[in-house]
Amino acid sequence: MSKTEKKRALTEDRLREFLREMLLIRRFEEKVEERFRAGELPGFLHVAIGQEAVAVGACAAMADGDVFGSTHRAHGHTLARGTHPNAVMAELYGKMEGCSHGYGGSMHLYDVERGNLGANAVVGGGIPAMVGAGLAFSMRDEPRVAIAFFGDGATNTGTFHESLNLAQLWKTRTVFICENNTWAESTPGWQHSPVWDDMSKRAVAFDMHSIKVNGQDVEEVFEKTSEALEYARSGAGPVFLDVETFRMHGHYIGDPQVYRGKEDRDEAAERDPIVRLREILQVTSEEWAALEAEVKEIVDVSVEFAKNGTDPQPEDALKNIYA
Amino acid sequence: MKTMSYREAVRDAIAESMRASDEVFIMGEDIAEMGGSMGVTQGLLDEFGASRVRNTPISEMAIVGAGIGAAMQGMRPIVEIMYEDFITLSLEQIVNQAAKHRFMSGGQLKVPMVIRTQGGAGWSPGAQHAQQLEAWLVHVPGLKVVFPSTPADVRGLLWSSIYDDNPVVFFEHRLLYPIKDEVPETLEPIPLGKARVIREGKDVTVIATGPLVHRALKAAEEAEADGISVEVVDPRTLQPLDEDGLIESVKKTNRCVVAHEAVTRMGFGAEVVAVLQEKAFDYLDAPIQRVGAKFAPLAFAPAMEQFVVPGPQDVLDAIRKTVAKA
Ligand SMILES: Cc1ncc(C[n+]2csc(CCOP(=O)(O)OP(=O)(O)O)c2C)c(N)n1
Ligand SMILES: [Mg+2]
Repeated sequence: MSKTEKKRALTEDRLREFLREMLLIRRFEEKVEERFRAGELPGFLHVAIGQEAVAVGACAAMADGDVFGSTHRAHGHTLARGTHPNAVMAELYGKMEGCSHGYGGSMHLYDVERGNLGANAVVGGGIPAMVGAGLAFSMRDEPRVAIAFFGDGATNTGTFHESLNLAQLWKTRTVFICENNTWAESTPGWQHSPVWDDMSKRAVAFDMHSIKVNGQDVEEVFEKTSEALEYARSGAGPVFLDVETFRMHGHYIGDPQVYRGKEDRDEAAERDPIVRLREILQVTSEEWAALEAEVKEIVDVSVEFAKNGTDPQPEDALKNIYA
Repeated sequence: MKTMSYREAVRDAIAESMRASDEVFIMGEDIAEMGGSMGVTQGLLDEFGASRVRNTPISEMAIVGAGIGAAMQGMRPIVEIMYEDFITLSLEQIVNQAAKHRFMSGGQLKVPMVIRTQGGAGWSPGAQHAQQLEAWLVHVPGLKVVFPSTPADVRGLLWSSIYDDNPVVFFEHRLLYPIKDEVPETLEPIPLGKARVIREGKDVTVIATGPLVHRALKAAEEAEADGISVEVVDPRTLQPLDEDGLIESVKKTNRCVVAHEAVTRMGFGAEVVAVLQEKAFDYLDAPIQRVGAKFAPLAFAPAMEQFVVPGPQDVLDAIRKTVAKA
């Protein structure tokens, strides 16, 4: 068997689709950085540049009816699960056409129709709800899974430990996806966790099935997440995915990263998941140019859409408080 | 009519709502075989089984959070927090998560859950097992807060809280559990947000919650002997607050005392006073008096505890003050 014939779980077309999605997220977030610096976007924002393969691979593995909760770094997860770029961008501009109708913003992207139960700005705060959603699925014996995305820093919160314990105890249909980019804001993993370079040890304490994943390899993310989802869906119990990934940019947009050495940044840049996949697929420069053009158009349209969106009335601030 | 204790009334509301719908389940520490540290959930495990009556680990954050997730996925969980003091551990989930999901999603989500808890002084539990923290929660938009004082009210209001589509923090009081009173033959839901006149009177309104309703009734009897006619009103739901119901009573009596077991300073009563001075100022013949606990953690020794916690005499003194200032 020659190299190019290496057996794959995924067709080349599917991988090309992943590449397109990853590039869309990358260009979308670069545009967000640009528009933020131009002073057009309120609030404060976090991009996941370098972590696109995790979002795309994991979200592609989910099935209709699955739900997930995200974090402050949520643009990628949201786009990868199929929320229209227009709706995400409009949310960042605080418009009513946004996926949270202007009530959420970058750190609170929701799209309940697509199973997005919300991005959370309290580190660790969104994890327990995915145990509860997974519990509801177990109690009703529905073949659905609740997925909690969180970072390495979140594994130091009480909610994380209580949640893993409860999920394993009750065998809830939950998958925990730890995106270990080795940074919690400015704090490196070695300063915040005794097991920062092997987060799967966290799962051991709860006797939970865990899987190590190279988060820069979208195919591997897809495969391992699929395996985890299948396991959880069957009712066998929750799964912990220990995903190694890299944060190529600052913690927030505008972060000068005074705390971070050149070596670490270079390493992250070298592990760019998009470059990697492009090489594997041997995308020609013409194909690449076409892809870039297609993605740029989508992103530019989303900005136009968002700018032309409807501003909420000030009094709308008093709506949606109670059901 | 039949008679039930407050404890039986809580249990009955839980059981009836669980019989009525599979969406309702209950989880909390020691609630299954043991029936809860206050014996409220006794018998539920036998009737409904371990899937719907779930003993949990000591994980106040995760069990409230799990309730939130289950609620967002179509269940109606009841989460029991063993002591009100321990609600402090789950506040992040209650305040930032349960109260905010509907809002932050721009109306896409709802979180229909009840967080039941109990507290209260009067049995020397010390400073970590008897606090009254309802004021912390009425301060948070997105939550409903209920604090019933009688068996009939707790039964009807708990049912309504379970079937409300919002997160409801439901306060019970330890000393009220054994209280017996008449309740309707079959459970009658009581809408949230409606105050109740517990005793009619003409000269002064006492707006009281929880055990202070009963202490106010005692005070009212003594005042009656002095020729002072006292009306006792229980808001029952603290959020949403039945402002009109309270104002109506004060317009009639022109005097008011607010009374709760929680610390007076920044207590729920402070808000009631503010509402009344804003909306019923012209009807008031005397400054409103406040009754609550003194500003101290709760001491263990009974003599100190009794000194800090308000009793019937404190309510009576406050009533007399408002009348004296005619
Ligand atoms: C409870 C809480 N504490 C602190 C913060 C401030 N904060 C926001 S993100 C962050 C770092 C989170 O690190 P990690 O979980 O690894 O996620 P990453 O930013 O790497 O995606 C911190 C400390 C917060 N939002 N919530
Ligand atoms: Mg991190």
